[in-house]
Amino acid sequence: MVDSKNNFATTPDPQAFVQIQSLSKDFDEFKAVDQVNLDIRKGELFAILGGSGCGKSTLLRMLAGLETPTSGRIIVDGDDITDWPAYDRPINMMFQSYALFPHMTVEKNIAYGLRKQGIERSEIDRRVQRMLELVQLGGFAKRKPNRLSGGEKQRVALARALIKNPKLLLLDEPLAALDKKLREQTQFELMNLQDELGITFIVVTHDQEEAMTLATRIAVMKEGQFVQTGTPAQIYEYPKNRFVANFIGTINIFDATVVELDDSGLTAKLDHSEILMKAHTDSAASTGDKVGIAVRPEKISISKQLPMGENITTAKGVVLDLAYYGNYSIYRVKTESGLMVQVSAQNRQRSSEHVVEWDDEVYLSWEQGSSIVLLE
Amino acid sequence: MATKQQTFGDLLWRRIVIWVPYTWLLLFFLVPFAIVFKISFSDPIVAQPPFTALFDHTQNLLNRFQGTLNNYLFLLDDNLYWVSYLRSIKIASISTVLCLLLGYPMAYYIAQSPPTRRNILLMLIILPFWTSFLLRVYAWMGILSTNGIINSALLWIGIIDEPLQMLYTNFAVYIGIVYTYLPFMILPLYANLERLDLDLHDAAADLGAKPLQVFWDIILPISLPGIVAGSLLVFIPAMGEFVIPSLLGGLDSLMIGRTLYDEFFVNRDWPLASAVATILLLILVLPIMLFQRMQVSGRSSD
Repeated sequence: MVDSKNNFATTPDPQAFVQIQSLSKDFDEFKAVDQVNLDIRKGELFAILGGSGCGKSTLLRMLAGLETPTSGRIIVDGDDITDWPAYDRPINMMFQSYALFPHMTVEKNIAYGLRKQGIERSEIDRRVQRMLELVQLGGFAKRKPNRLSGGEKQRVALARALIKNPKLLLLDEPLAALDKKLREQTQFELMNLQDELGITFIVVTHDQEEAMTLATRIAVMKEGQFVQTGTPAQIYEYPKNRFVANFIGTINIFDATVVELDDSGLTAKLDHSEILMKAHTDSAASTGDKVGIAVRPEKISISKQLPMGENITTAKGVVLDLAYYGNYSIYRVKTESGLMVQVSAQNRQRSSEHVVEWDDEVYLSWEQGSSIVLLE
Repeated sequence: MATKQQTFGDLLWRRIVIWVPYTWLLLFFLVPFAIVFKISFSDPIVAQPPFTALFDHTQNLLNRFQGTLNNYLFLLDDNLYWVSYLRSIKIASISTVLCLLLGYPMAYYIAQSPPTRRNILLMLIILPFWTSFLLRVYAWMGILSTNGIINSALLWIGIIDEPLQMLYTNFAVYIGIVYTYLPFMILPLYANLERLDLDLHDAAADLGAKPLQVFWDIILPISLPGIVAGSLLVFIPAMGEFVIPSLLGGLDSLMIGRTLYDEFFVNRDWPLASAVATILLLILVLPIMLFQRMQVSGRSSD
């Protein structure tokens, strides 16, 4: 239990480019950010994921120097920048509202950071020109921001934040203001750009899909603290607790009690039923513990015949709901013991008729390794 | 058919709504000005009304027009008028700048305050209007006079040995004008600064601008329409101000409003007074037209 909260703190990464050390921010009595530790390597695209009010924006603003931490240190590329003013930091930020200067043209907006650095006119022109090409805004140089579309504004904001070649680029909900189609396109552009420039990105978002597809690593944040940090696959397949499991994707969580422990894991009895589930676990559970056993919908197979095999859990039930999406279908099955289970299955065979229909009696099964044991 | 009547009714209402203010301006601004403008070409006489008719209908067609440019020529001739105009422009300009320097930080502070405090502060700005303007100017006479509050206090503390002459000086006129017109500067500035997106401030700082540069590069240009509106609202009435220089000013604070008053009511030279008023209007229309043009060009470049 103890290590689950502090294991990022105890193992500092020697290659860390950005180090956040026990960073806190209090607003009066409210702890917006509470003792956060984080190491980010150079060139990473790191996502901080959390709901509104979880402190992710405050954390980002502290990195930018727009908010003063109550305690803790921020180290970037070996420099302790905690007390540096925003205008001196080698960090730039892309704001959620884009915050383009309305009285300046696209060109002037992008050039602003360089002009404040006192760089030579011709050099500025050259770099602005290159940046305009990079974000494909060549023809928009002389336009004012209010004559741009949402996607164009987003690219101007990005160009403006990138032009100073920051050591760290902060992106506050970079895709939130774009419509779905533009989002997917921009997402890939952002990834390519990051790859090309090699700048370290920190993205703050409330959208788990955005975080999963963009980031090399994700930190899930709740009430000012990091709940779990890891690669998208780690977070998805091995959520640490119920909050993370529920926040990322869809999941079935069954309340259970541990009845037996062995070398390969544990056996738990689902509450209010006789079903025994086997699951792998590294965490220190003991017999009699109340745990949650979680299974992702796509890890469960659904069939009309009783499946056979080693180390699988099976349950019999009736299909209550069926949603057909073309490439896959989602079933809601009520088991004999009264549990509701969501299952998603690829529609591998071409057929105009469903293999499994409403009110069919079905068998659900999943491998022992698919079950996740959630202690909290 | 019903919809057609509806649209006709709508159109009628629209016309009425538009034409009410226009009719008002026509009746109470343009017509009186036309009369003043006409009188400015007449000669003064001791009669009722005290000026000659512009058209003498007893004459033949060619000689009917009896107008004269004498009044305007006289304005050029006599230093008194030029000095009054220039002094008015000077006093109004300096007062406008003082109002801007005082009002901008106040408006900025109010705009950045949390909503509850903001409303209280705005209330305080508007509150003086609930008392008669004349009463407030008289109050200043009490404060500034030789045995007024300021002099008594300074004498009592011992900073000065004899009372300072503050009342009946230009200093008192500036105090009076700035005090009276400050709200007219603060309110349009506040309306402008209140809409300012604070992210712009952060974005400029993030891109390397120091606080003063943020103000100069971002906040000031964005609030320019508010500055211009507030400045016009102070400059225009201050230019023609009559009461404040009369009550608080001395002999060397003769502004064009007072000159105008004297021509009308003391000398009873209506044609000359009308010429003074016409020139005053021209001086005031110029900055308004510039402002209009700036707004139009600002909008089209948006």
